[in-house]
Amino acid sequence: MSEQVMAATPHAVLAADGTPLKQRLQKTLRRRKLIAAGLVLPLGVFVFVTFLFPIFLMLFRSVDNPIIHENMPQTVAILEQWDGKGVPEEAAYAALVRDMVEARKNKTIGRVATRMNFEMSGVRSLITSSARKAKKMQPPFKDALIKANPIWGERDIWVTFKRLGNEYTATQYLAAVDMRYDSDNNIVQQDEDRQIYVTIFGRTLWISLAVTLLCLVLGYPVAYLLATLPAKYSNLLMIMVLLPFWTSLLVRTTSWIVLLQTNGVINELLVWLHVVADEDRLQMMYNQTGTVIAMTHILLPFMILPLFSVMKTIPPSYMRAALSLGANPVRAFVKVYAPQTVPGIGAGSLLVFILSVGYYITPALVGGRTGQMISNFIAFHMQKSLNWGLAAALGGLLLVGVMVLYWAYTKIVGVDNMKLG
Amino acid sequence: MSDSNDPLVRFQEVQKSYDGETLVVKNLNLDVARGEFLTMLGPSGSGKTTCLMMLAGFEPATHGEITLDGKSINDVAPHKRGIGMVFQNYALFPHMTVFENLAFPLQVRGMNKAEMETKVKRALDMVQLGDFGNRRPAQLSGGQQQRVAVARALVFDPELVLMDEPLGALDKQLREQMQYEIKHIHESLGVTVVYVTHDQSEALTMSSRVAVFNDGVIQQIAPPDELYEQPENAFVAQFIGENNKLEGIIKEKNGSGCVVEIPGGGVVSALDVNAGNVGERSSLSLRPERVEINPEDGKYPNIFNGKVEELIYLGDHIRTRINVCGRDDFIIKVPNASGLTQLVEGSPVKIGWALEDCRALDA
Repeated sequence: MSEQVMAATPHAVLAADGTPLKQRLQKTLRRRKLIAAGLVLPLGVFVFVTFLFPIFLMLFRSVDNPIIHENMPQTVAILEQWDGKGVPEEAAYAALVRDMVEARKNKTIGRVATRMNFEMSGVRSLITSSARKAKKMQPPFKDALIKANPIWGERDIWVTFKRLGNEYTATQYLAAVDMRYDSDNNIVQQDEDRQIYVTIFGRTLWISLAVTLLCLVLGYPVAYLLATLPAKYSNLLMIMVLLPFWTSLLVRTTSWIVLLQTNGVINELLVWLHVVADEDRLQMMYNQTGTVIAMTHILLPFMILPLFSVMKTIPPSYMRAALSLGANPVRAFVKVYAPQTVPGIGAGSLLVFILSVGYYITPALVGGRTGQMISNFIAFHMQKSLNWGLAAALGGLLLVGVMVLYWAYTKIVGVDNMKLG
Repeated sequence: MSDSNDPLVRFQEVQKSYDGETLVVKNLNLDVARGEFLTMLGPSGSGKTTCLMMLAGFEPATHGEITLDGKSINDVAPHKRGIGMVFQNYALFPHMTVFENLAFPLQVRGMNKAEMETKVKRALDMVQLGDFGNRRPAQLSGGQQQRVAVARALVFDPELVLMDEPLGALDKQLREQMQYEIKHIHESLGVTVVYVTHDQSEALTMSSRVAVFNDGVIQQIAPPDELYEQPENAFVAQFIGENNKLEGIIKEKNGSGCVVEIPGGGVVSALDVNAGNVGERSSLSLRPERVEINPEDGKYPNIFNGKVEELIYLGDHIRTRINVCGRDDFIIKVPNASGLTQLVEGSPVKIGWALEDCRALDA
């Protein structure tokens, strides 16, 4: 029978009932796919609602710019026609006064002033005070406003106003890389005394690299031991590796403070041993050194476990084979064993690096002034300065950086080669 | 170089213990001649692999001396012994191509590139994998990986090659094919091979001599035919090939023969190989194919009447289980040839065997 069918349709293979085999196969697989989808659905919904959607909202904030647009609608509408040369016409001034009166009534003028202040520091009080006087102002409003504060007669504030009137803006991303628009809407470097984030990004990168490298150097031999020792000892060692996992991060970080601070255990010991003089104790806390030491300790298991899981799969016969072929132990290790651990090195390093790039609590506690990382500034803008747009932009850059890194990694090593525990 | 009549490898009173309480290898003395294919055969835990590992240098001997080419190698590191080795899982380096795998032992010896390429090529041709140099081990089938492993162990011209159950992972047909290939390579190169396996048919097929290990001791060391036909003790008789084991008390000893009484199974005349004294227990070994059905009366000293319990059809022969001499697991092999009596399950049968084919061994 099948021969007959095959002969009739040389291209598509048919099932016994005459339907194309592909279609038939898909039908039988569909049920299995539905069940599989049903199993992951709850988690999928959970992750979307609590994770992906908030991240999207947060990232949206980095370009979203509603405050001026919503609260100063008339001014924004008139400024759209303004060519940006000199100062605007009377109509713009009149609109501004009307908007300010309205905004004051709605109690939103404070937000407008704050938003403006992020772009032109010092204009906050100026705007609120002008708004207070706006109600009593008489036309011509241009003169009245300039009388209230001469800055209204300058072009800069109007350019800023017009720019912030856009619903979406790249200002936050520019600020996140120490750039800004000048009064002619060109992108320029931030003033030198206000440049900060590029340095912080650089420092975050540098600290993360240092932590990753330290973790690799310290973790590799431990992982090797774990993978090669008899089960009796390796289990004990494994517990010691995992023990820090079961201790609160805060406890671990604070115990590093106890150990490393100027009058801490290590300094006292060194002074007692006369290794260092009492007056020049080592500064190992509240600086980059402290951040690197504490973070390395905390992130070590994330390096050891992927390495271990890769090394565990390398049979001892490879080393033996290399030795029997005449390679000395060092050469056998470098040429035969180490290359096979590359997926583990890659996975561990990527994991540790990504975790350290976004690390917050440890630098916050032990970082002092020079050990702060980008997350600490994101937190600052979230909690203190309430500049969520900038916080979102900084976070967005971080996210993009990590994704680029991951992409590069999968291109070089291949995601199938990665062993994450 | 020492005299070519001297053994290449010599184990002298070698003992090995891992835990300081039990000996895995007990007082081993063994010579491996040049060009020999010696197989260490035994059940798992019998100490055969440990011996191989001591020879390769991965395990130190607890006591005794191992010499290679007349020189003690107890304190020589594995990578300086110059012994080729084929591992159970092949241990081909997965991050290197086949060519790089084979070139590895030559590279570490600092060979120049041109010479290296000729040698690798010759070794690959030897195992019929000349075109596979650029493949990775993972892209090869099990049999091909096996061949690469053999080629790699031979490419640097070692005098001695060790093989640790190299065919264990292959399916039956491929295993048999590889047995012949390894045997032919051994014959054409004249290299000395020490081979470890727990598969007795493998040992019989390939070896010049087989050392049967049990419980850390060599039970017998002999060429395959001798091992099969003249086992020296009950373990070897039982381990090599199929064997009918009859246990009884020695009644009488007369020169090369003896008479053993099987409890509830009559009296059997047997060849005295290493039976004890009269009154002691002995186990008799009888190969299934040496038993004749319906012999003429008086042809053999041992003729018994039994009952056919079970017939198992195996193509070339019929494996027949008989209840005789007080045992119901007595096996005979009836060739599937024309003109032979067809046995029927449950029917009585008369069987007999010669004195020389029944060997009286230790209990």
